[in-house]
Amino acid sequence: MKIKLTSASYSVRSIKFSFCSNLLAKPRKPSLFLGRGIEIILFFSYFKDLVGREVTVELKNDLAIRGTLHSVDQYLNIKLENTRVVDQDKYPHMLSVRNCFIRGSVVRYVQLPPDGVDIELLHDATRREARGG
Amino acid sequence: MNLRFKRATGPGLESLVDQTILIITNDGRNIVGVIKGFDQATNIILDESHERVYSTKEGVQQLVLGLYIIRGDNISVVGELDEELYSALDLSNLRAHPLMPVIH
Repeated sequence: MKIKLTSASYSVRSIKFSFCSNLLAKPRKPSLFLGRGIEIILFFSYFKDLVGREVTVELKNDLAIRGTLHSVDQYLNIKLENTRVVDQDKYPHMLSVRNCFIRGSVVRYVQLPPDGVDIELLHDATRREARGG
Repeated sequence: MNLRFKRATGPGLESLVDQTILIITNDGRNIVGVIKGFDQATNIILDESHERVYSTKEGVQQLVLGLYIIRGDNISVVGELDEELYSALDLSNLRAHPLMPVIH
C-alpha cells in the first residue's frame, strides 16, 4: 500500500490530539497556532508507530530504497537501516551504503507492509483532522 | 502529545560525524566525503570530498573537490558508506546511468 506525500501534506495546522492514544476521545478544536511553525502531527505519529518495520521509500528521482525504518522526525525525514536499493543493477550508486538518512522533501512514496496499516484508524483520524480544520 | 512546544531537533546526523558518507544531491550527483558538521536545515560540511561520476560508456570517474559546504535543500540522501563494501567495488568496470535529478 502506498501513501503519497505531496507538498499539500506539509501545509497545516497544529492539532491537539495525538494519533493513536487519543483517537476515541472527543476531538478538541485545534488552536490557531501560527508561531514557530505549523506542524502536521498525524503522519509523524503514524510513522513513529511504524518504526522497526520494513518499508520501501521511493524518491522523486525514481530511486527506490528498501530498509528497516529506524526513525522519523517532524519533517518526515526518514532514517533507514539495512538498506538496499530495489533495482541494484540499474542503480549501483548506493551499493556500499547500509544505513541512510532520506530528506523528507524528496520522498515520493513510502511503501508499507500491508499489515502495518490499520485502515479504519487512519480513516477516522484523517476524517477528524479534515473536519476539525 | 503537543509537539509545538518541542524545539525542532535537527536531523539525527550526530552519529555520522567524522564518518565517510555518500550524499546524493537533488541534481543526481554522488559526493563522497567525511562529515564535519551539519545543522537543522541539513546543510552539511564535507571534508576530503570527491564526486563520483557514473556513465554508461566509461568506468566511474572520481573528481576531487576538497572541503565543501552543501546546502540542505539540495540534499536528497545521506548514506553511511561501509568501508569494506566500498573497497570491494571495482569502480573501473562499473557502468551505470547517472542518477535522475529530483522533480518535485
